[in-house]
Order: sequence, then structure tokens, then C-alpha cells
Amino acid sequence: MTKELTVSAIEEGTVIDHIPSDSTFKVAEILKLESHGKIISVGANLPSKTMGTKGIVKVAGKSLTKEEVDKIAIIAPHATVNIIKNFEVIKKLRVSIPDSLHNTIKCSNPNCITNNEESDTEFYVISKDPLKIKCHYCERVMEKEDIRLL
Amino acid sequence: MGFKNRDVISINDFSKQDLLHVLKVAKELEKKPNDGLLKGKIMAALFYEPSTRTRLSFITSMEQLGGRVIGFASGKVTSFTKGETLWDTMKMTENYADVIVVRHPLEGAARLAAEASSKPVINAGDGANQHPTQTMLDLYTIQKVKGKIDGLHIGMLGDLKYGRTVHSLTKALSHFNPTFYFIAPQALQMPKSYLEELDRLKIKYYVEENLFKVSDKLDVLYATRIQKERFADPIEYEKYKGVYRVDEIDRSLDNTEHAAYFQQAANGVHVRKALLALVLGKKE
Ligand SMILES: [Zn+2]
Repeated sequence: MTKELTVSAIEEGTVIDHIPSDSTFKVAEILKLESHGKIISVGANLPSKTMGTKGIVKVAGKSLTKEEVDKIAIIAPHATVNIIKNFEVIKKLRVSIPDSLHNTIKCSNPNCITNNEESDTEFYVISKDPLKIKCHYCERVMEKEDIRLL
Repeated sequence: MGFKNRDVISINDFSKQDLLHVLKVAKELEKKPNDGLLKGKIMAALFYEPSTRTRLSFITSMEQLGGRVIGFASGKVTSFTKGETLWDTMKMTENYADVIVVRHPLEGAARLAAEASSKPVINAGDGANQHPTQTMLDLYTIQKVKGKIDGLHIGMLGDLKYGRTVHSLTKALSHFNPTFYFIAPQALQMPKSYLEELDRLKIKYYVEENLFKVSDKLDVLYATRIQKERFADPIEYEKYKGVYRVDEIDRSLDNTEHAAYFQQAANGVHVRKALLALVLGKKE
């Protein structure tokens, strides 16, 4: 745990740990923290026993929505989410890719109706590892490289 | 699953039982045309892009069953739906029609249309994605010509990479214990994802470049026209024509009893009549 001190502790909020180093800033982006008024610490390239290096994002005074957790699961499938109260982890959960993704992803097919007319997006996860998802509308199958978050 | 009020959007939504049921009702209607079955019912045909063949087939089907048709063909779209979204057009049309047939250049449009409409929607083609009534018609023709669908050796020839009808028919036939022969030059072969799906379903298939190596094994040859535009290089197209003898196959098939495609127009009407009657709850 001493290693974690490189990023300051928070009293209350959420810590996302075990992010692949190169996805750390993407996770921060998903959380749309530009206008967040409380403490945010982002640590990247931290040593990790299991991952080599990893990233951590700590956000005071924030809990995650389902859409945010789903998005994190897509780019950081082994991330853990720790919920902090009084400087202590009161709940620790592992993200998991859900069976369907609502308004989380942009379809990679430029001819898909969802890219041409205002509408929700919906994808079905047909394989989690390797990640493959299918658009509910145009039925295109996308692999991890094609996936763009909304 | 019952058919009343059901949308017909993608062949992937239909089980083997569903497909066989549609074919059964189509056969009944072919034997005994039920002229007044849809009397008092209105079908809206919303064609956002031209497809004369499909449009005429739907209109003929509805009218032969005594129903009426409203709607637009592309070109007249503006006066009917000026500046309106597909969603809004569907919301408006559901007030006038009992069933709505949609043809649209964008993929996924039919699914969105069905979500907007409380009345059943039939997909008459959504971009490069689905054209389920065409696939059911192909099944109907195969069943009629071969007397069965189960256990056939089926050759797919032509543009297998981009061919929407080939992909849908492959998917539909996968319920019927087929053996497939995919015959195309490498650049136009079946996409890997479809072959992987067949592997998963343990369906036997052969990937072949030369039709004449496998032609004596086939019960059915499903040929799609290759579009010259698919070839970046016109010389490649000429080579292709040479190897596959495109023109020759076209001509020689015309004169055999094996060519089922002249039946396709009539069969299309039987199948679309069946679907209209089913989703309107006039056939069980
Ligand atoms: Zn799509």
C-alpha cells in the first residue's frame, strides 16, 4: 500500500485502480472531470506487481454512473473501483463488461442510422475476450480497435 | 412466437420454426389466393430510395389480398416528409396505416423505424444490412424447386464479400443442415466473421475459387451478379470474367430447367402476402 501514497489519499469518493498505464488519461476523460471542483489525482506509470505498470485515478466527492463503469470496463477490463468513505475503502468492485451497452459507444459504420439521425446507441456484447460487440441497429460487428466511446 | 404485430426487420430475428411457418403460409396462399383477406387494411410503403422490383412486389401482394396502399417512392419523398426525421415520419404514418413497409439507404433504419412505430414494420432493405423478405423468398424458391431445404449442398457464387443477399441466405440456411461451397476469387470471398460463425455451428463448408471443380456436387447454385465497380482494376475484372465465365453461366442457365430465377417474381408475391397476412393477424 505504501506505493499508493504517490497519489494522495481522499476522504470520500472513488478510486479507480489497475488501469493499463496507457489508458489512464482515457479513464479520466470518461469521467468528464474538467469542471469537477474537488480533489482529482491521476497517477500513471506506477509500478504494479501484476501489471508491470498501472494507472490510478482518484476523484473526491464522486460516485460513478453505470454508463461510466461500462465505459471504463471497455478500455480497462481489469480495473477495480474502490469506494472510499473516511479515508477507508468501504467497497471494492471489479469492473465487468455488461451484456449490452446503452449510449456508451459510437457505431463505427458511417452509414448506420445512429450516425445520421438523432437516436440512442445500443450494442450487444457477443464476446468479452477478445471484445466483440454488435450494433443493435445496423448489425455491424465491431472489435476492440474499432470501438469509440460516445 | 406469434406473428401478429411482429416486425420483420432482420433474418436473425427468425428461428427455423418461424421461417418454415412463413413458407407454409406462403404455400397456402399460392394454392388458394385469399382475395379479400386484407380488405379494409392499409399498407404504407415508404421508399426512401428506388427499388422498383421490391416496391411493385409489396404493392401487388397487398392489393391481391384486397388491401389498400399509401406512401411514397423516392423522388416524391420531399412533399411527404419534408425535413422530417424518419422517427417523426413513422409516428405520423402509424396513424394512417396498419402495416408499414420501409426501404431506406441507411443501415439500421428499419430497426429504428420499428421502434418508432406501434404498427408492425417490414424491412424492404436497409442499406447494405438486411432484406429479410428477399431471403425468405430465396428459401421459398429453393423449397419449391428442390422439394426440401434440409441437407442440401449449396453453392454461393459471385460477390460473397459484399453480397447482402448471400450473407442473409447463408444465415437462414444455417438452420437446415447445409453444406456450403463458397465460390469466388479471394478478394470477394465470404468475410471471416461468417466463416467463423459456421465453424461455431459446426456447418460444413468449402472455400473454392473454381466453380467447375465443385459444380457436380451442388443441389443449388445461388449466383449473385458481380458489380464491375468492386474491382479497382478493370483488368482484374476481365480476368475474373474469364475464370468464372460470367456471361457464359448467365446464358447457359437461361435455357435449363434449373434456372429458378424466373419464378422469383411470383414467389416474392406469395411470400410477401404471407408476411402481410401474418403480421396483420389474418393468418395464424
Ligand atoms: Zn450501427
